Amino acid sequence: MSRQIFAYIEHTDGAVEDSAFELIKVAEGIDSQAQVTALLFGSGQELEDACQHAASIYPQVWKVDKQEHSYPNAELIRPQLVNLVPSDAVVLTPFDTFGMDLTPGLAIKLDSAHVSDIVGLDGVDGDTLKAVRQEHGGQVHTHVHCDISGGAVLSVRGGVFPAAEAGQEGAVTDKTADAGEAQAGRTFKEIREAEVGEVDITKEDILVSIGRGIEEEDNVEIAQELAEAMGGVVSCSRPVVDAKWMEKSRQVGTSGMTVKPKIYLAMGISGSFQHMGGVKGNPFIVAVNKNANAPIFQVAHVGVVEDMLEFAPVLTEKIQEMK
Amino acid sequence: MNILVCVKRVPDPAENEIEINSDGSDIEREDLVYSVNEWDNYAVEEAIQIRDQHGGSVTVVSVGEEESEEILRREMAMGADQGILVSDDAFEGADGRGIATILKAVAENGDYDLILTGAQSDEGAAQIGGMLAAMLNQPYASLVNEIQVQGGTKLEVGREIEGGNQEVSEIELPCVLSIQSGINEPRYVGIRGIRKVSGVEIPEKEASDLGLSEDQVGEKAARVKRVDYFHPEMGEGAEILEGGTEEVAEKLVELLKSKGGMK
Repeated sequence: MSRQIFAYIEHTDGAVEDSAFELIKVAEGIDSQAQVTALLFGSGQELEDACQHAASIYPQVWKVDKQEHSYPNAELIRPQLVNLVPSDAVVLTPFDTFGMDLTPGLAIKLDSAHVSDIVGLDGVDGDTLKAVRQEHGGQVHTHVHCDISGGAVLSVRGGVFPAAEAGQEGAVTDKTADAGEAQAGRTFKEIREAEVGEVDITKEDILVSIGRGIEEEDNVEIAQELAEAMGGVVSCSRPVVDAKWMEKSRQVGTSGMTVKPKIYLAMGISGSFQHMGGVKGNPFIVAVNKNANAPIFQVAHVGVVEDMLEFAPVLTEKIQEMK
Repeated sequence: MNILVCVKRVPDPAENEIEINSDGSDIEREDLVYSVNEWDNYAVEEAIQIRDQHGGSVTVVSVGEEESEEILRREMAMGADQGILVSDDAFEGADGRGIATILKAVAENGDYDLILTGAQSDEGAAQIGGMLAAMLNQPYASLVNEIQVQGGTKLEVGREIEGGNQEVSEIELPCVLSIQSGINEPRYVGIRGIRKVSGVEIPEKEASDLGLSEDQVGEKAARVKRVDYFHPEMGEGAEILEGGTEEVAEKLVELLKSKGGMK
């Protein structure tokens, strides 16, 4: 018998997220014969529209339609998934802030195996799923074997797997009654939007972006001088904001700003997927990092293996000379 | 409020370049500089601030090898009241569920209103807090970047979500939260601070002390196993500019000019 695979589908404004197109490819990679069912939680017309969208990708779509799902709360959704999904099924979700909230507990409640942030699949051998993950901030990859005989909850990194074409005419089934009543000890109140800073890095063509390699607050000036020489502005990665050396509005990444520059000069940035997830528009990427193994060198066009603190002032000088 | 914070000793990302050993079975552990997992350190700072404002205690627990005592002591120097080291050969090969099972036993051995973990650690799985919450049947919130205590029965928490936005919720106590970096500014711990707590005894617990057996938490129980470490065959990657610093800088200026990287 073929395996049952479910894909948890995130959606906004009646359209499914990009992950919906990728998760079905992951499902096919696990079992090309599998029946794949899209699961959508939401409410009213927005949910209905999203289900129609999902049905263009998935042969089968289940929806749970309740007012309280107009904003997705993993604590409410998890017990309903436990009611809906057979415990030996494979459940796929995106590895994003919702997935991180949902999946570890879901695996426990379904008594299923859990693998998060999957970046590659080498197929299934019997009941052993062979997956690829990363550790140490993407510096190393690992092969992971997961026993899926008792079910599995798998979260998948976005943008890694190819996207399917829409072309299905799937059936939408209302599973609201089967999902059961759910109560949660956590109640959603509101979204507070990110503050916009004085400098809007999302509108800049030239970004000198600094990471952990800046080492201390006083060194930020080095990057500012370089950015000035180039006619750009300074942006940064998460550790610089965590250390309170730059404003949150300067942070590039999935948890910060999405930028679309022409030139992205990454100085002392390792290049985690969360960071690179905020760099769009196919800029010319230059990486300066003293660690030759830093993942940034896989996505950069041009690399310089040097300490940014030593390299940046020299570069600034050369720009001023040669401009 | 009595708070339990789960902390892990990891290779310090600021101090190390991670290399893989010759047969791919592990990373090169020699000469690695270890520290407390960055996210866990934010969690401890948050716990200390809550305790200082609202009373109670902060207990730090680590599952790992004997050396993990160093980081427990460091977090006690920050201000945690007590440490618990959980160490046993039986834990070898544990997967995330195994670690969460051990921490559940620790939690049930105490009386905690709030359990904090870091949002993720060196393995990047971001799973222990959520698993622990489910095992304890407590509410959970991940990626928490703000905590406001509201009376003795609930918290208002902010979660960091995509785009730098913050999702605000109310959560009932007792609960488990995973803490995102940047939630606070962890205090500095100097040598003197660590020396102060050097004499404090840190109890060490084994599997049997927690009523756990090897086949519950060790390699046998693990459904998820890391087979090896590797570097994937990559595409071309970056064109690395070679030469002395000045020479490289000059090459880069020419490239930047040609790509419009100069105004």
